[in-house]
Amino acid sequence: MTEITTAKPGSTEVWITGIGLATSLGEGIDANWDALTAGRINVDEKNFAPYVVHPWVQVSLDAQIPKKGDQRQMEAWQRIGTYAAGLALDSAGVKGNKEILSRMDMVVAAGGGERDLAVDTAILSAQAKGNSAPGFLNERLMGDLRPTLFLAQLSNLLAGNIAIVHGVCGTSRTFMGEEVAGVDATRIALARIAAGQSDIALIGGSHNGERKDLLVLYEFGDFNLRDRFAPVWAREQHPGFALGSAGAFLVIESKAHATARGAKPFARLSHVVSDMSPRKRTGDVTATLEQLWSQLGPREGGGAIITGATGAEPVTSEERAFLQKHADFAVRSTGTRFGHTMETQFALGLGLAALSISRGALFPAGDSSGVEIEMAGPPSQIVVVGAGHWRGEGMALVEAVG
Amino acid sequence: MTAPRDKFGRPIVVVTGMGIVTSLGAGKAENWAKLTAGESGIRTITRFPIDALKTTMAGTVDFVSVDPFTSTGLTERLATMATGEALEQSGIGSKADFPGPLFLAVAPVEVEWPQRMELGRAIGKTDITYDDMLRVSSGGRFTPYHERFMFGSVAAHLVETFGTKGSPISLSTACASGATAIQLGVEAIRRGETEAALCVGTEGSVNPEALVRFSLLSALSTQNDPPQGASKPFSKHRDGFVMAEGAGALVLESYEAAVARGAPILGVVAGCGELTDTFHRTRSSPDGKPIIGCIQKTLADAGMTPDDIDHINAHGTSTPENDKMEYLGVSAVFGERAKQIPVSSNKSMVGHTISAAGAVEAIISLLTLEHQRIPPTINYDIPDPAIPFDVVGNSARDQRVTAVMSNSFGFGGQNASLILTREPA
Repeated sequence: MTEITTAKPGSTEVWITGIGLATSLGEGIDANWDALTAGRINVDEKNFAPYVVHPWVQVSLDAQIPKKGDQRQMEAWQRIGTYAAGLALDSAGVKGNKEILSRMDMVVAAGGGERDLAVDTAILSAQAKGNSAPGFLNERLMGDLRPTLFLAQLSNLLAGNIAIVHGVCGTSRTFMGEEVAGVDATRIALARIAAGQSDIALIGGSHNGERKDLLVLYEFGDFNLRDRFAPVWAREQHPGFALGSAGAFLVIESKAHATARGAKPFARLSHVVSDMSPRKRTGDVTATLEQLWSQLGPREGGGAIITGATGAEPVTSEERAFLQKHADFAVRSTGTRFGHTMETQFALGLGLAALSISRGALFPAGDSSGVEIEMAGPPSQIVVVGAGHWRGEGMALVEAVG
Repeated sequence: MTAPRDKFGRPIVVVTGMGIVTSLGAGKAENWAKLTAGESGIRTITRFPIDALKTTMAGTVDFVSVDPFTSTGLTERLATMATGEALEQSGIGSKADFPGPLFLAVAPVEVEWPQRMELGRAIGKTDITYDDMLRVSSGGRFTPYHERFMFGSVAAHLVETFGTKGSPISLSTACASGATAIQLGVEAIRRGETEAALCVGTEGSVNPEALVRFSLLSALSTQNDPPQGASKPFSKHRDGFVMAEGAGALVLESYEAAVARGAPILGVVAGCGELTDTFHRTRSSPDGKPIIGCIQKTLADAGMTPDDIDHINAHGTSTPENDKMEYLGVSAVFGERAKQIPVSSNKSMVGHTISAAGAVEAIISLLTLEHQRIPPTINYDIPDPAIPFDVVGNSARDQRVTAVMSNSFGFGGQNASLILTREPA
């Protein structure tokens, strides 16, 4: 069993002061909140059939990425993220504030690798027709790859584009490694602010689920949800995740820094913990989640949990076993509502937790599985949970500022 | 006796173990001997056909094999080798039980061509679509490829082998990744979260598509013959970098913990700094301000002035732009001393190990401090008159070295620098 890595809160209180969401439910916190409240889900069962995906709601990119040249230099996942990062900076009231942006730290959780599907299939078709000359692959790649595509494939170029478009240029770090990369990006940013190594940070990620190259990667492990959409908690007989499309970014800063510039908090980010369960035996993930839960500091009972549970097995059953031990908590699944956005799912959960606290209500339950119960009063503490489809577990405690 | 804390009251971070693999060989001894002899690890590529390529050489690690071959598999193998050497030297923890977290600099992972072509062959028709690929991908026929091509797989396997604690962090800051991994370790120790950290940079991605991608950006040298002459940092006729493979692993510990267990102290990570360039996706701001700011932040972090630095282990990629901008940035901070401080680029010999470079070059900087001998910049026959650095050209130089600055600059505006010293200040 591995030990826990935790961002220990020092005396420095850290606030979430900006939220940027651009998802399959819409753009901005109001549109997302309204859709959650109405129980609306945006799912596409046709265009990638038999696979189910949650498509991104198109926006006017110019609003956050004013230069067409910048838009052209990115592929969809980077445009989604750069757009959402801009929304977060607007939300925090720091957009265009060069003094703050020049020392703002950025930790992005990213995948990458958007392929040119036409190039890939043309090469495979030529191979199937018997073209096996030495250098055949080289020749096709030299001739067919767009030079700028590479920059859309590099994981750290989401951060690079955010720096260029929005001027966030203190520091820039990109964490990879699927779901838990989003947890660790938050953990490190929080730890640095709590320890006085940083005052303000932009954290988050983005994901484009409308990608057949990604479906291939996850289909190797039979992880994709097929045929019909079902809530995450109703997939036991038909497991899998529906890839989602979303950008989710947060601005977090020390209370002192926020107060000095008159910024209002959505919520407080108190703890972030993560671990890598060995996942060798049934119950390993449940035990790891329980251990992480115990590291989150003092809590009142009867709070809420927002989880990025994927719907893939066996991890979702392991997580349900953990949730059953905390049945007095109102659970909400982001996977049901937004699909699985991989590196972005944790930041999405954090954003919704902070939003729920600031609006004084948890959004309604989303299915009849019994896992998601209604919550009567306003939430003062929400635990955000993420257990990766393959590896990596993490949690955060988001609290009302009080 | 030296103080257990630095001048800012933070725990001092020391290096107690190092491991290295490059195209020159495996291990510190072999690498150091060849580096100081001015040998090149760059050779004509034999791993795959080179027909139709503009660049046909690289610093491949050909003496290590993985089966089945994937770049990600090689990346993992090189990291494992370097980490094994570092842990043996450090003597920290016990087998498969490293008492701290892993910070891993690693290239973004993708499904690779041999595996994609295997899918293509499994389809059994001649006009292939991605839907066909999806159809054959399911059902468990290619299950191992899921794990292999997860971004987190290299780190996950290193955790299983070496028993590092907590969630491992896989990171990319492009060509600065290795330096960022070290910086994350330094910060964690300074925060008091851990007494030790394993910081690894690894790169195994000399494959056709990676080579073509850099080629299409005109980033690579095309001086293929002789391959050993292609990487010529700070020379007038430099025309691009040379892709290379390798890995570097460092065991970082708090000085206090290292002393307490009687560990070998190989050097100190005295300062780290980073600053983002917002000018362009692949080019530096023409005014050099982000590089200047990065170097200044690093000096400030170490509590040092330019006068305290007596050697620069340059990023020195051998691209026309990088070497010029590095001189601009260094000279703006160091003034006239920029022409007097010995500067050298290890990339002239090992090539550009991309994600690993920051870690590989930090290790070579620490070996420089240990041996008081600066490895040369080879192929330095016709100096670029616009770059009047005191380049350690062609043969190693014996010199008193107390503090080395190691620079790393990458695509996406990533700039990071480290300052390494022999003894705690």
